[in-house]
Amino acid sequence: MGFFVFKRFCTLLLTLAGASAVVFLVLEVLPGDAAQVLMGPDAAPEAVQALSIKLGLNLPAMERYWQWVGGLLTGDWGLSYAYSSPVLELVLERLALTVPLALIAMLLTTVLALTVGIYAASRHNRWGDVGLMGLTQIGIAVPNFWFAILLILLFAVQLQWFSAGGFPGWREDALASLKSLLLPALSLAVVQAAILARITRSAVLDVLREDFVRTARAKGLSQRATLWRHVLRNAMIPVITVMGLQFANLLAGTIVVENVFYLPGLGRLIFQSISNRDLIVVRNCVMLLAAMVIAVNFVVDVLYAVIDPRVKAGGL
Amino acid sequence: MNKPVSMAARALQHRSFVIGAALTAALLLAAALSLVWTPWSPYEIDMAAKLQPPNAQHWLGTDPFGRDVSALLLVGARNSILVGVIAVGIGLSLGTGLGLLAAARRGWVEEVVMRLADFTFAFPAILSAIMLMAVFGAGIVNAIVAIGIFNIPTFARITRASANVVWSREFVLAARACGKGPWRITLEHVLPNIASVLIVQATVQFALAILAEAALSYLGLGTQPPQPSWGRMLAEAQTLLFQAPLLAVFPGVAIALAVLGLNLMGDGLRDLLDPRLARKR
Repeated sequence: MGFFVFKRFCTLLLTLAGASAVVFLVLEVLPGDAAQVLMGPDAAPEAVQALSIKLGLNLPAMERYWQWVGGLLTGDWGLSYAYSSPVLELVLERLALTVPLALIAMLLTTVLALTVGIYAASRHNRWGDVGLMGLTQIGIAVPNFWFAILLILLFAVQLQWFSAGGFPGWREDALASLKSLLLPALSLAVVQAAILARITRSAVLDVLREDFVRTARAKGLSQRATLWRHVLRNAMIPVITVMGLQFANLLAGTIVVENVFYLPGLGRLIFQSISNRDLIVVRNCVMLLAAMVIAVNFVVDVLYAVIDPRVKAGGL
Repeated sequence: MNKPVSMAARALQHRSFVIGAALTAALLLAAALSLVWTPWSPYEIDMAAKLQPPNAQHWLGTDPFGRDVSALLLVGARNSILVGVIAVGIGLSLGTGLGLLAAARRGWVEEVVMRLADFTFAFPAILSAIMLMAVFGAGIVNAIVAIGIFNIPTFARITRASANVVWSREFVLAARACGKGPWRITLEHVLPNIASVLIVQATVQFALAILAEAALSYLGLGTQPPQPSWGRMLAEAQTLLFQAPLLAVFPGVAIALAVLGLNLMGDGLRDLLDPRLARKR
């Protein structure tokens, strides 16, 4: 197990290094003169040059890359051009919204998907199964930002149970803050849950056909006990893999959904930074999101080996 | 012995495929129709007719600039298809090429291609689009390129996995024994045998491309005015939820139906092209 985790960890470091090179190439080397992008096409050449020297853009690309990576690791994420404040401070402030939002969305996704998927599998080819799977097809097809708008229409405009957007802040009113994250989390979760419910259903159905399940039933175990003791543990392997992959979509989804609900999270920070041409913020935020996706995939790989010992035995 | 049933007859009996194909045909028809006819001009601003509810003249009402919503939706269909075709085309051509190369050469080539695919997976379509937009500015071309880039690793992985299975089959061994080189085997034996998997994946990626373009246009990073786009129509409608809630409904329904159609068709094709999977379901 230790060697497996070590091998996976080396791959994680390699992937992180590759991802950082991609981000650096696209956001630092590709624009040619990043200072020009920051100041806009109409800026005076002297001003552009002064900013270029201030930001160290006159140094060779390789040196700048190492400076950037070193800064990321030591907490020196640079200064935001638009906000004139440290990028790390800005990001941490915004993460206080985005991380809880993603976690609530993931929790809702898991609860919804497992309930629907297991129920549908236990009612295989009956009306409950067919109806729920039809609904999941619609769930997959609905864009999360449109579902978010529909939720606003119903719960904010018609019923007036929730506000249409905004975030009061954890320190000001924690309960109201939590409430303001519920509709965004639900809009993120429904689409992901629809996909995961289908995976759960087919995984449970696959395991139900296995010989050991027939044996468990033959020795007198009830259907419910068989499901909980034997089927679910085995069916969780593909479900966890997909959950890991979904986390990437969920993070990407927060960028859009935070904009629908005007939530001051990481997604909205990236979006505003693009409008402000604040490449320094965009670069660090994109790297952070990519690193989060890579880290979650690493955790999923390790969990995968814990649940299914065949994975590490196979040296995958 | 049962008589072999033709593919067309099986397709017509497959409920998901029929519904999906009908919805996809409607999407294509709407896009084609918009090239020759729209009920009103989608670009003509008529402030006197703004925010009308659905009526005999404007079947789905008008937007805040008095433009006909049905005309905007028809032209928006064209936009979605254009994005889907090019983005999937980029992913299909480059991704399949890389996947075939990895399967044919194995060893370090395969390792490099797969690790590159891993890197790209760390950047969901929206994230790579945002990187490109930050540098080159918002626009439909950048949106298409970003979505296309995200499609490359998906196709590369699927092609490599399917091609590896074909490479281990006896008929490939026979072809090698006949003296055929790896490229000839790839073109004559591997590619035709994995075509069905690629077709199914292409429909799924097409649907995802439509969703990604809608999201980017909603954020103002995709299609730019005055070109109509379903995502941007939703962004405009969101500011008028209290006055004209229906404006936020129609474009969303259009996106959902287009994606639903492609997904159902993809599911149907998967069953029809690989009957072993259909039996398992």
